[in-house]
Amino acid sequence: MFCDVCKSKEATVFLTQIVEGKMQKVNLCEGCSKEKGVNDPTGFALADLLLGLGAAQEIDKNPAGNRCPVCGFSQADFKKTGRLGCSACYDAFAEGLSGMLKNMHRGSVHTGKVPAKLRVGRLRNKELTELQASLQKAVQEEQFEEAATLRDRIRKLEEESHAETAPEQEPSAEVNRIASIAQSPEAAEASKATQTLGVPKPRKNS
Amino acid sequence: MKLSRIIANTGEWLSGAGPHDQIVVSSRVRLARNLKGKPFPGWSKKAERVAVLEEVRTAVEQLPEMEESFSEKLDDLSALEKQVLVERHLISREHAAKGAGSAVVMNTSQTLSFMINEEDHLRMQAIRAGLQLDQVFAMINQADSELEDTLDFAFHNDLGYLTACPTNVGTGMRASAMMHLPGLVMSEQVNKIINSVNKIGLAVRGLHGEGTEAMGNLFQVSNQTTLGETEEEIIGRLNKVIFQILEHEQNARQILLQQRAETLLDQIGRAYGILCHAHSITSKEALNLLSFIKMGVDLGLFPSNNRLHVDELFIETQPAHLQKGLQVRKLGAEERDSLRAALIRAKLNQMAEPEIGKIPTNGSSTPSTSNTSETSEES
Repeated sequence: MFCDVCKSKEATVFLTQIVEGKMQKVNLCEGCSKEKGVNDPTGFALADLLLGLGAAQEIDKNPAGNRCPVCGFSQADFKKTGRLGCSACYDAFAEGLSGMLKNMHRGSVHTGKVPAKLRVGRLRNKELTELQASLQKAVQEEQFEEAATLRDRIRKLEEESHAETAPEQEPSAEVNRIASIAQSPEAAEASKATQTLGVPKPRKNS
Repeated sequence: MKLSRIIANTGEWLSGAGPHDQIVVSSRVRLARNLKGKPFPGWSKKAERVAVLEEVRTAVEQLPEMEESFSEKLDDLSALEKQVLVERHLISREHAAKGAGSAVVMNTSQTLSFMINEEDHLRMQAIRAGLQLDQVFAMINQADSELEDTLDFAFHNDLGYLTACPTNVGTGMRASAMMHLPGLVMSEQVNKIINSVNKIGLAVRGLHGEGTEAMGNLFQVSNQTTLGETEEEIIGRLNKVIFQILEHEQNARQILLQQRAETLLDQIGRAYGILCHAHSITSKEALNLLSFIKMGVDLGLFPSNNRLHVDELFIETQPAHLQKGLQVRKLGAEERDSLRAALIRAKLNQMAEPEIGKIPTNGSSTPSTSNTSETSEES
């Protein structure tokens, strides 16, 4: 068995570690194990060592698509170079990457600088998410008047973002459904009944 | 502007002054950016790289701060010229290895430098003397904001700026300080410090970054992680650690002076003796001995107006700098070693004789008053 790091010398140091409930195995030759500080318990940073290796193994397990649909970069390429092919690779290999990024970094969501052009859109998206949650709540509580107001605000925001960015933000089906409910309380009753009982059954008015 | 003019002047980070510049040689912040919808340089065809190069280079050259700048394609630079830029930390070793489709743009004072089609489409850095990470970040952040107007950078809603290597994703920022730590090396504390710094997500590396040897007691301290914290948080954390290392170094020097003064003076005196009289010296030996002279200047053993001479020697004795004056041919290692020795002798002979032999009392390195506990760091 060859060393996972240099891939040329015989592995003599076998390391097994449990990271977040997952077992990760690394095989190293003597030289690489010294270099990585495995022999020196005080200087041995697990995350450092596993950064490349564990990650490559993890990405291997990713069953969804072996190649990036945009640039054709493959998982094998990533394993070989440790680099990705294009921006879309981050989405194509998202599943495998997420665990790896978690090990590598202090968090998994960017909190730093945002390009000025995108700042407005990001704020709007945040507002949209919040409004949609309020709308859901209003419908659940049968506050239909408020729901209608919320629906209008959501539509307006969606139109704005539609006008500015690529047409990826179609008014969501969920909003449309809730919107239609908000328009007619009877429909809402019916829809609610459908949802809860699974059978379209008229309900008596109390 | 010609590269020869850039090369003729030492950069601001070397000759300039900055806070704590006795121990913190320089502060540097680099940002990695890529263009939206274009494959990363390592995975793109030459034609694609050339197109990206044209787009990015034009945008960079039009920046107001780059009015007086040097801009060149890497395939139009000689191996020696590239190596000079590497030795000055203006381009990376990886970038120097690039040919067609890559370029470098830098300003005259060499505080800003833009590598086009390195591992990412654009890597831009600001570097200055001393400990001033906040200031260099402000410089490069400004350039980045200006570039946003003309360039569309690849940005992900959750992951931030997208980079070829996942280790840079998020802020795309690497902030680092070059520290001169002979006191910690002599008192054998430096490994302990390196280990504890590594444990908190920061890295300590050799002179030229990743995978390089620490020569001349110079160490580069930098952030390791780029995702999940703001740029300011990362720099804040780094600053805190750098200040602690700085204090440890000052304390180590004071303790050496108090407890092992003879050893310390002996080392500095021997270094001076060898450098003044050697006729052949490798760059590694030169750096290691110059480190003692530099500490001697800090401790007040040499007249302080010699500081720049000594600091310049750190760069001037590097292989490419040594040969930059001679356009004739590439020198062999032995020829370089004797040329290096001659250069050092000439420079040191201009300096006044040091007063090695008495323990300095008014040394400029002041002992720190705060905690002396070793390797304390945030958990």
